[in-house]
Amino acid sequence: MTLRDLKPGQCGVVDSIKGTGNIRRRVLEMGVTPGTKIDVIKVAPLGDPVQVELRGYDLSLRKDEAEAIILK
Amino acid sequence: MIKVALAGNPNCGKTTLFNDLTGSKQHVGNWPGVTVDKKEGTCKKNKDIRILDLPGTYSLSPYSAEEIVAMETITGKNGEKPDVVVNIVDATSIERNLYLTLQIMETNVPMVLALNMMDEVTEAGTKIDVSGLEKELGITIIPMVARSGKGVDELLRAVEKLAVSKSTPKQLPIFEEIKKLEADAESEEDKEEAEVAVADIRYKAIGDIVSKTVKKKKASKTEATKSDKIDKILTNRFWGIPIFLIIMYAMFACTFSENFLWLGINSPGKWLEGAVGTVWSWIVDGIAEAISGASPWLQALIVDGILEGIGAVLGFMPLVLVLYLLMSVLEDSGYMARVAFIMDRIFRKFGLSGRSFIPLLMGYGCGVPAIMATRTLEKEKDRKITATITTFMPCGAKLPIFAMFASTIFANDNQILVTYSLYILALVAAIVVSLLLNKFVYKSEASNFIMELPQYRIPTIKSVLIHGWEKVKGFGKKAGTIILLSTIFIWFLSNFNADSFNGKNREMNEDNSVMCENMEDSFLASAGRVVAPVFKPLGFGEWRPAVGVVTGWIAKENVVVTFAQLYEEDVTDEYLEQFFADMSLEELEELGFENGEYDSEAAADIYAEGILFEGGDENALPTMRKDISTKAAAYAYMVFNLLCMPCFAAVGALKRELKTWKATGGAVLVQMVTAYIVALIVKLVGGLI
Repeated sequence: MTLRDLKPGQCGVVDSIKGTGNIRRRVLEMGVTPGTKIDVIKVAPLGDPVQVELRGYDLSLRKDEAEAIILK
Repeated sequence: MIKVALAGNPNCGKTTLFNDLTGSKQHVGNWPGVTVDKKEGTCKKNKDIRILDLPGTYSLSPYSAEEIVAMETITGKNGEKPDVVVNIVDATSIERNLYLTLQIMETNVPMVLALNMMDEVTEAGTKIDVSGLEKELGITIIPMVARSGKGVDELLRAVEKLAVSKSTPKQLPIFEEIKKLEADAESEEDKEEAEVAVADIRYKAIGDIVSKTVKKKKASKTEATKSDKIDKILTNRFWGIPIFLIIMYAMFACTFSENFLWLGINSPGKWLEGAVGTVWSWIVDGIAEAISGASPWLQALIVDGILEGIGAVLGFMPLVLVLYLLMSVLEDSGYMARVAFIMDRIFRKFGLSGRSFIPLLMGYGCGVPAIMATRTLEKEKDRKITATITTFMPCGAKLPIFAMFASTIFANDNQILVTYSLYILALVAAIVVSLLLNKFVYKSEASNFIMELPQYRIPTIKSVLIHGWEKVKGFGKKAGTIILLSTIFIWFLSNFNADSFNGKNREMNEDNSVMCENMEDSFLASAGRVVAPVFKPLGFGEWRPAVGVVTGWIAKENVVVTFAQLYEEDVTDEYLEQFFADMSLEELEELGFENGEYDSEAAADIYAEGILFEGGDENALPTMRKDISTKAAAYAYMVFNLLCMPCFAAVGALKRELKTWKATGGAVLVQMVTAYIVALIVKLVGGLI
């Protein structure tokens, strides 16, 4: 399962990050590392991107980017 | 002299702290080669401390312009190494903020940690054990509230102490581990793996430290913070977009509207613009009076060249100020990040950021503040592309050109359709050019939308005012010279010719002026005759329309004024007298004739700016209609003026944002080529219909 599959109100724990390059690096730097708990808060009015909460702050990312985050 | 660098995440209160420390004594310059602001200032409480504000970054890994600048400055690769780094940490999201802290610690520079937003932490019921955290990290930590200035004095004392002791931060055991991992990684694949491992190690270490020192209040699921409640409304699935549109409209109306809130009054921006204009015209009149004894060319140089140029710079300042005050409110309140969040879905398709919406919208009012608004975009690529395409929008000054053509050549067509189709065309051109630039010029940079959505906060008046003032000053300084020099240059070309320098003009002119009497004898007209054939394929290959394009670069509405001057056989004294003959006293007074009395001296100017600007004469300029004879050619001419290089003021703003002449020249080239190609397509397609 990936972060993309979660609906607002649901939460999950990060298992690993797929993909390569800048986007993966960025996700890691923002604190999305294995073992991190992520809550999905909401989806933007036009259906993308999504807003999630982790490590006590709100992060936004696109659904395609959320798909690279594999959950346990 | 103690050199201090401020480092921290975006939205951590870095700018507020910088303003606290330096007051209004700050200098905004540029980092070499990138579109990132470099702010420096002297500390107001200790003149021996010089403070440098680094761009806000989440990390020091060198993958964006901001990160490279921050990294190179801290390590001393970018000029002198700072004596002390002050790392500002937003205590409300301490885990993510400490990631950068660990990276700065690894560079082994003396550093102090400013733990900001402690008031919000306390309010949320969280407890941070500051001395415990100090022991874990081995650096001095000053809890503070930058917004109210609490803790700033303590921070200064810590900086002064550290500048003497020069003690460097504790090197945590994980730093060795990280160095080894990074050094061992050889292949690309290894490096990718090492990156995950390194981020993991840092966050694990942070997790350990935070679990020992930060005690969060057990949050119940039902309890939402104030910020969460606001966000629920502002980015609501149904209300989010209507609210967004209302806020954007309000912003536009405050800056540019001439019928503010339908009250029939000017908006703050327009009002201020008018006030500055009035005061300036008194000054110009005064100076003109004082130098009336000087030779005619010198008077003209001062009044029509220099003072006109300065007036152009001054005229834009109110719009820049008002728009920037509003933008800072949006930025500081946290709503700007939501603008990107709401609009991303649409704008990513064009290879732009959702925040590009604001510059593009403001471009409908005036390109100068719109270009300056691109500075708030997060990514360098987005800033460059948006700044290039923003001036495609039909700004207020381009409307008289459309009005003149719509009312004459398109007199029997749907004039509203003619004008609105240009609005659509501008948008389409902007989108296509953005896509092409993304594909061919900035192809290596994949876009992403991984960013923080900061808490909503009430902006402080001080920070908003400093921001606005900074922008106005920056525009005046950086763009002012360009605007002034180019205005004088075009003034020279349109008023002089070879005979100015061999005495022939002086003999011929009644007032012994060396300037040429008619614009059609000027250098500019000669140049227009040379250049005109280039425009032949577009349908307006005559010299007078070509000259119109050039004078439009001073200000776009000048195209119309120039036409009224160049087609003087259509604007004779007899024609004007007849045109105004049927008007009542009130109408004449409204148009600007003193006491409603017809005045043949003032008539030509009033005809150009009062009648042609509004499209008020269907039969205007018959000779012009021989030069631009078909509807396709007229439409192509409007399109060319719409998309080609903007006025010098906008080019000055462009140079300020893009920093280098090379980048600015590149952007102008893109605009010229786009204008030519689109106008050519219009002419060819229009010819078939």
